[in-house]
Amino acid sequence: MIETIKVTDKQKKSRRNRNIALGLVLAGLVLLFYIITLVKIGGLGS
Amino acid sequence: MTVINSHETTGVDGGFHLSEAGARDFFELLKPRVMSLVVFTAVVGLLLAPGQINPVLGLISILCIAVGAGASGALNMWYDADIDAVMSRTAKRPIPTGRIEPREALAFGLTLSVFSVTILGLAVNWFAASLLAFTIFFYAVVYTMWLKRSTPQNIVIGGASGAFPPMLGWACVTGGVSLDSILLFLIIFLWTPAHFWALALFKMRDYGSVGIPMMPNVAGERSTKGQMVVYAVLTAAVAVGPYFTGLASAGYGLFAAVLSAIFIYCSIAVWRMPDGDEKMIAAKKMFAYSVFYLFAIFSALLADHFAAGMFALAGGSL
Repeated sequence: MIETIKVTDKQKKSRRNRNIALGLVLAGLVLLFYIITLVKIGGLGS
Repeated sequence: MTVINSHETTGVDGGFHLSEAGARDFFELLKPRVMSLVVFTAVVGLLLAPGQINPVLGLISILCIAVGAGASGALNMWYDADIDAVMSRTAKRPIPTGRIEPREALAFGLTLSVFSVTILGLAVNWFAASLLAFTIFFYAVVYTMWLKRSTPQNIVIGGASGAFPPMLGWACVTGGVSLDSILLFLIIFLWTPAHFWALALFKMRDYGSVGIPMMPNVAGERSTKGQMVVYAVLTAAVAVGPYFTGLASAGYGLFAAVLSAIFIYCSIAVWRMPDGDEKMIAAKKMFAYSVFYLFAIFSALLADHFAAGMFALAGGSL
């Protein structure tokens, strides 16, 4: 079932805000795993 | 005009609803104030622990502990949304105000729990990760879902979840627990009742209105005040413990003894407060001092640790 609704400006702004935050979190996770890999493989974690 | 699948937009009222929650609302679900205390005590536990940890892994440990604590806060807000809506202290939280739907908070809390525990296990060690998982479970399930609404001992037993962070920081370095890390745990564990009951005394009506069996509502003001003095004395005894186990110097022991004496004095002032006192000034002072006290004790442990390290360095270079 498909419904059509109007998205208010506030809803658009909130959605964009959430998307940016989620994008940043995902990028942060990629960076985090990269750093963990470097530390672990480099033997610096011991 | 935007086309959206109906199952994504159906709100609790059966009508269409698109979330207006921003990133800030989700951040609020993490209880940032509580998180800051968790981070601080975990950092102290991590730095006091014997042995070394790669600084990057140390930072990742603290991040995971902070996110894990935030996740349990989100799960707490999900479950307690009904009573949060009634109490003045919590009525403006994201779920009661309708900014975030309960199912969003639940998904958010569960996701963060899984990520924080898994990353801590993969990056640091699985003992610390298991302890973090247990801490989240203890706060979200044992305290929030079970103890909080069923017994006046709720924050006594539930206080354990707030006491785990220094032990977690310690476990990240050593991969285990020891007498000293148990002492750090006990300082917060025994401090919690006196701290929380001071708040419960002047927020008694709030808790009473939602049927939460806090000690002042169930056992009465007199009994609660007496128990606060007992817990303040026990906290004081444990707070000077690091000196006796060799974790801290005599300077710390003296400092902790003075701060603890004031803590006991504040609890006695609450005990002497007449029952039914409307202003509850002594209880408010006790609450404010208790926050400062815990912060000062852990700061002193940290300062003492660095001072000892510097003296050792200076002694070695002579």
